[in-house]
Amino acid sequence: MKKNKIVSTVLFYLLVLIIALVVLFPFLWMLTSSFKTQVDIISWPPKLFFEPTLQNYRKVFEEQDFLKYFFNSTLVGAMAVGLSLLLGLPAAYSISRFAQKKLALFILLARLMPGISFLMPWYIIFSRLGLMDSYVALILSHMLIALPIVVWIMSTYFNTIPRELEESAMVDGATRQLAFLKIILPLSGPGIITATTLSFIFSWNNFMFSQVLSMERTKTLPIAVYNFLSYAEVDWGGVMAAAVAIMAPALILTMIFQKYVVKGLTMGAVKG
Amino acid sequence: MIQSSFTERNLRILFPLPAVVFIGLLMVFPILYTLYLSFTNWNLTSGMEASFVGLNSYLRVFFEPRFLRAVGRTFSFTVSAVAIEVVLGVAIALILNRAFVGRSLAKLLLLLPLVATPVAVGIVFNLFYDPTIGLLNFALDAIGLPQGRWVSSENTVIASLVLVDVWQWTPMITLIVLAGLAGLSEEPVEAARVDGASEWQILRYVTIPMVMPVILTAMILRLIDALKTFDIIFAMTGGGPGYASETLNIMGFKYSFEYFRMGQSSVILVALFLVVLLCSLGIMKLRASSEN
Repeated sequence: MKKNKIVSTVLFYLLVLIIALVVLFPFLWMLTSSFKTQVDIISWPPKLFFEPTLQNYRKVFEEQDFLKYFFNSTLVGAMAVGLSLLLGLPAAYSISRFAQKKLALFILLARLMPGISFLMPWYIIFSRLGLMDSYVALILSHMLIALPIVVWIMSTYFNTIPRELEESAMVDGATRQLAFLKIILPLSGPGIITATTLSFIFSWNNFMFSQVLSMERTKTLPIAVYNFLSYAEVDWGGVMAAAVAIMAPALILTMIFQKYVVKGLTMGAVKG
Repeated sequence: MIQSSFTERNLRILFPLPAVVFIGLLMVFPILYTLYLSFTNWNLTSGMEASFVGLNSYLRVFFEPRFLRAVGRTFSFTVSAVAIEVVLGVAIALILNRAFVGRSLAKLLLLLPLVATPVAVGIVFNLFYDPTIGLLNFALDAIGLPQGRWVSSENTVIASLVLVDVWQWTPMITLIVLAGLAGLSEEPVEAARVDGASEWQILRYVTIPMVMPVILTAMILRLIDALKTFDIIFAMTGGGPGYASETLNIMGFKYSFEYFRMGQSSVILVALFLVVLLCSLGIMKLRASSEN
């Protein structure tokens, strides 16, 4: 009986180890390849032991102007999330307190619909307005990613804050909007962190909108990484270093805000 | 005082108004515009104005074999990816649903694929799949199995792409199901155990039925996203070789931004839109019925 228990425990940890390795493998391969020379990468059999080089990172940051794309991605993500909070927080509050289910559904549709069905008309409209390759167009498009996430997460979050809190303030003569600002919002820190982290990551990772709406001036990181591929011969080391550089911020954010990210991702399916 | 009471009385309209106007302008209006364009033969490169051609663009697209294959591929990619993700995701959640050393680390690891930039993920997998320098062929060769051309072959490209989607999104199902399992009450399981049920019977007849609503919702959320898969396909194959991995989303993108045939691309976008809308309405119905 005891022996059985040991065997099953060992089996269990073995299984967990396999799962962890499968999950980690692409990250590890990306990371090691980013420190390899092109010769080491294309050598057969693939090399596990090699002399690490920083030349790929040097190439990415010196020749490719990656810092500019980094700045663009950060600016677009931060503005899109900030403006989405501005529009989304009051909307989410209203949905929560006045049980506006149809409204919630309407805003959620923006999350469910395929981005390309707005992107094609945007392309035409923004071209006519002279807004191609502008931060304005890019931020507006990324707001359509961030806003539904903010509204979805925050309306669920507001549901968990007892109504009595603002109602007692209203009895004391405060208006509802003041109660929202002074009582509800200060209590919403965790929800806002969840919404901010998640919507920023989704904006950061977005490829399709930026691929169409941005050119050299406003190019974001995913486009820069993708453009590495269009060279005649793929510079694998450079691409891998670029891939590491683009993933690192999202991965680090996730590690810092792990609990919030899990909550945000699972909120849609699990009530409470 | 009077002004503030006006604000307060209409708060339920004023508070959501900016968000609704924004979504109206950036989502509803463009969709209606696409719908309008789908009844024209507008070609952006021709320099001519759009002219109304009724259902002509619809007929041309619907009788195009390339379109029909893209529709079929969209569904086969989605169904196979999501089916594997749900089975694996639920299985992993059931395995991890106990107290063990390193549990929170395991959960952190599961989060990483979900937040990894899909374009970059696709490129990393391209290196893995590469027929001449990739690790996959090397590993297969080392254990004596035949090598493949993976994303470069018409026969294996969809399966290779499905594998990438499975790697990236199975953890999403796992995390949702784990959260669902954490919310279950212990009592039914205890009761079954007292009645002498085996662990397998408890799993099969108690635990799984109790988390079924959560599994279903997770599945449909994934289904909707998988129908729209774009980044990994575009980065890894661009829809090729030939058209062998071209889904509706990729085809719509090419018609819009490579051929600039806006009339026909609009038809493709309307088709994709309808597919996703119908699936989304499905989700609402399902959620509503599970709430009752």
